[in-house]
Amino acid sequence: MAEATANGLGQHALHAATPAAAAGADVHQEHPIKLYLVVWAWLFILSTCSYLVDYFGLHGYLRWSLILIFMILKAGLIVAVFMHMAWERLALAYAIILPPILVVVFMTMMVFEADYTLFTRLAFFGSGP
Amino acid sequence: MRMAQTLTHIGQTEPRPTGWRGIAADWSSDQRAFKNVSWGKAMMWIFLLSDTFIFGCFLLSYMTARISTRVPWPNPSEVFALRIGGSDIPLILIAIMTFVLISSSGTMAMAVNFGYRHDRRKTAILMLLTAALGATFVGMQAFEWTKLITEGVRPWGNPWGAAQFGSCFFMITGFHGTHVTIGVIFLIIVARKVWRGDYDTGRRGFFTSRTGRYENVEIMGLYWHFVDLVWVFIFAFFYLW
Repeated sequence: MAEATANGLGQHALHAATPAAAAGADVHQEHPIKLYLVVWAWLFILSTCSYLVDYFGLHGYLRWSLILIFMILKAGLIVAVFMHMAWERLALAYAIILPPILVVVFMTMMVFEADYTLFTRLAFFGSGP
Repeated sequence: MRMAQTLTHIGQTEPRPTGWRGIAADWSSDQRAFKNVSWGKAMMWIFLLSDTFIFGCFLLSYMTARISTRVPWPNPSEVFALRIGGSDIPLILIAIMTFVLISSSGTMAMAVNFGYRHDRRKTAILMLLTAALGATFVGMQAFEWTKLITEGVRPWGNPWGAAQFGSCFFMITGFHGTHVTIGVIFLIIVARKVWRGDYDTGRRGFFTSRTGRYENVEIMGLYWHFVDLVWVFIFAFFYLW
């Protein structure tokens, strides 16, 4: 309780007054409903924005960068607020958030591999289907 | 405001360090690493991490297939368009599914909140609402699958372009839909326990024979938000890219 309270955005004063957790005791996450509603609204706005990227038929780097920006913002809001990661201790946050970076490493490897596969297919089978 | 404290081996307490020093101190010295997180919550996070790798690999294989094919990839904007009122609206069903899933995340977050206030009625209603939105999502996905299958999409081919489109689509959305379905089932189970007051009376679970706490609602919420999170990535990479 003490930890979540210390870092929380606008906690109820009520909870700061409840008996602080003893060493090692579990914290539960309680935040104002308003915060969730604000995040909810933002997720709607960001989803609408990413849908409009497709609706207006933007393409090329503009399209891809907008898609990625909206995706990262949405993912960040969900993990940080809905899943309460913003109020957890860094030991947990880093244990969960850092390992998926390996997926990005894997992705980089597979981009080179797939480009090479495409190159061999074009070289041996030509460009037609 | 009180600082969180660490109990030392001689029984004295000292303030717990934060930042990088906090990480080193929490992970070292032969003690519990996740100080204020119950084992249940920590295990759910670790499960979700492993699930991240599963979906990461699906999206990676999709990326590899899409980059390496010589045949043009079917345009998702047209494939997933719906004819409403005489004109084709691109990707509209997927957009609605996204809003439904985000809304279910919102109701779940509020259910967790009311759970910690021991408001059984509101918690259970919000959880059932979450489950209903999740079921709606799965229903719309079933509609989408039916539409694509009748149009001739198969895991080995489709009328519009690269043959890998079908296998990527069925694999990724199928696995995600399975996760949503499992989530709906567990939401209903936990909502029933909340409604009945199991977490207040200390009634033991039929499967684990352990008493539960309102934290179970939060742990259930972690899973549900994760399902929403995965959809964010599928929406971006499969439908919009």
